[in-house]
Amino acid sequence: MIKILDNKPSREGLGEALVELGEIYPNLIGIGADTSQSTSLGKFAKKYPDRFINVGIAEQNAVGLAVGLSLVGKIPVVSTYAMFLAGRCWEEIRQSVCYNYANVKLVATHAGITVGPDGASHQILEDIAIMRVLPNMTVIVPADANEAKVAVKKSFDIEGPVYIRLSREKLPVITQENEDFVIGKAKILKEGKDCGIISCGVMVYESLVAAEILEKEGISCRVINMHTIKPIDEEVIVDTAKRCGCILTCEEHQISGGLGSSVSEVLISRYPLLQDFVGVGNKFGESGNAQELMKKYELKAENIIEKVKKLVEKKNKV
Amino acid sequence: MNSTKYEDLRSLCKKFRKIILETIYNAGSGHPGGSLSLVEILTTLYYLHLNHNPKDPFCEERDRVVLSKGHGCPALYVILAELGYFSNDELKNLRKVGAMLQGHPSRIYNGTDEIKFVPGIEVSTGSLGYGLSVGVGIALGFKMDNKKNIVYVISSDGEHQEGSLWEAVMFAGAKKIDNLIEIIDYNKLQQENKIEDTVSLEPLKEKYLSFNWHVYEVDGHSIEEIDNAINQAKIFKGKPKVIVAHTIKGKGVSFMENNVDWHGKAPNEELFKKAIEEIENS
Repeated sequence: MIKILDNKPSREGLGEALVELGEIYPNLIGIGADTSQSTSLGKFAKKYPDRFINVGIAEQNAVGLAVGLSLVGKIPVVSTYAMFLAGRCWEEIRQSVCYNYANVKLVATHAGITVGPDGASHQILEDIAIMRVLPNMTVIVPADANEAKVAVKKSFDIEGPVYIRLSREKLPVITQENEDFVIGKAKILKEGKDCGIISCGVMVYESLVAAEILEKEGISCRVINMHTIKPIDEEVIVDTAKRCGCILTCEEHQISGGLGSSVSEVLISRYPLLQDFVGVGNKFGESGNAQELMKKYELKAENIIEKVKKLVEKKNKV
Repeated sequence: MNSTKYEDLRSLCKKFRKIILETIYNAGSGHPGGSLSLVEILTTLYYLHLNHNPKDPFCEERDRVVLSKGHGCPALYVILAELGYFSNDELKNLRKVGAMLQGHPSRIYNGTDEIKFVPGIEVSTGSLGYGLSVGVGIALGFKMDNKKNIVYVISSDGEHQEGSLWEAVMFAGAKKIDNLIEIIDYNKLQQENKIEDTVSLEPLKEKYLSFNWHVYEVDGHSIEEIDNAINQAKIFKGKPKVIVAHTIKGKGVSFMENNVDWHGKAPNEELFKKAIEEIENS
């Protein structure tokens, strides 16, 4: 049985982490863009009003300011909706953050289709792709609020750019508070030999649900929480490939360019084998309840089960 | 400041113009027009105002210069070399593989995995419209720490067509970032055409005033006027300051002046020699 500790949005991990980090780092500056109540940056702002800047609806300026602040020894954390942070500010992030090797943390909330009723304009499904492609960038997609909190805290150990992707919707909390978390080192959540399931973010819980059902049907899956997309844990991918002989990747993101592509890049050069993808297939989302959208866009455990079965069947034919 | 001092700087500017052209000629590409328009602005700033130490380029007390119009970097490089930030030999490698000095300024050595900083280059720039935000962030950081350092952002007229720049103008005005001095190299031309025939910036002074900035207007080739404006801007409190410096693109070389063809190309040998001769005889 999957142990669910709580049910809350991963974005809440940001505020909790920053309130603690604020004590340790007097040079931590929070930067929001008129969304701090919903990103949870507001918690930091309340405790440290002198170290919080609301730039208004001007995300590009938020990123530029953060770079400037970092150049004089501050550690800025910019947080707003992923669409407007990764999407609108891509060039500032490339030119000003990454090219300068600026010590700026970008914590993007409200990513993916689970944003729900606000619709496709707010449901970024492309941010992993456009962030991971940038030199000097680290990309983390935590599975729940506890992991989000520890990821934000650990990002301060890196003296350079980090992008952390969080969700708006309440999610089952499946990791322990202060669980061991190493950036770039995936977590093996369940052992198995028939198929490897490599997931990130919202999809980690769905993968565990799928694996539990598959187990009962006689298919054993190794489930990996690939919380760090960049640098990706190559060893765990190759090891899973060798043990299982086929891999399914699951992400709340376009299939192009995200976690699945990252895994493919490793496999094709080190251990080519059968792979399939659960993700959004070259489409925009739409308004609706988060769970209904996950169903419609084929991101549920049942979709994982179907694809694992097909993969295992193919593998056995070869 | 006495007139001999200005006279000395004027001859220095003449020297810088020649080295800028030589550097671009050697590189085989670059932006002569927007480098030549910057010469008096940067010379006045570095020789009369900037609190800095070329022998200790990363010292904490230094003022910061952000060259938001990164394509004008030959002018900056030549001045930094003259001041001793790095050897003159670096100028000969501009734009070449493995060089410290990039086609647009990079604060980190490119082409290596090591993180090593280029002396004198505070911020990597080159893509227009971003430098002011970064400069405002630096200034804000100094204010938070009650430090006296001043931030100078050198922007171009053309980049005022970028929306991101105005986000920074609005923020700095609203938050009264008064340790920031922006200098606009208003040379009236952009890559393809005159600014006014593309998308005019006018009334520029009034735009800044309405965004709660304090504005100075100077002849950007008059060292005395630039010096006076920076002197006043340094003392003025309560608002960010901008110096609109009216300049001539390609200043000092007759066939380059006010000519869009010289935005982004190196002269051939014949024209290079002609340009040097002109500057020497001026």
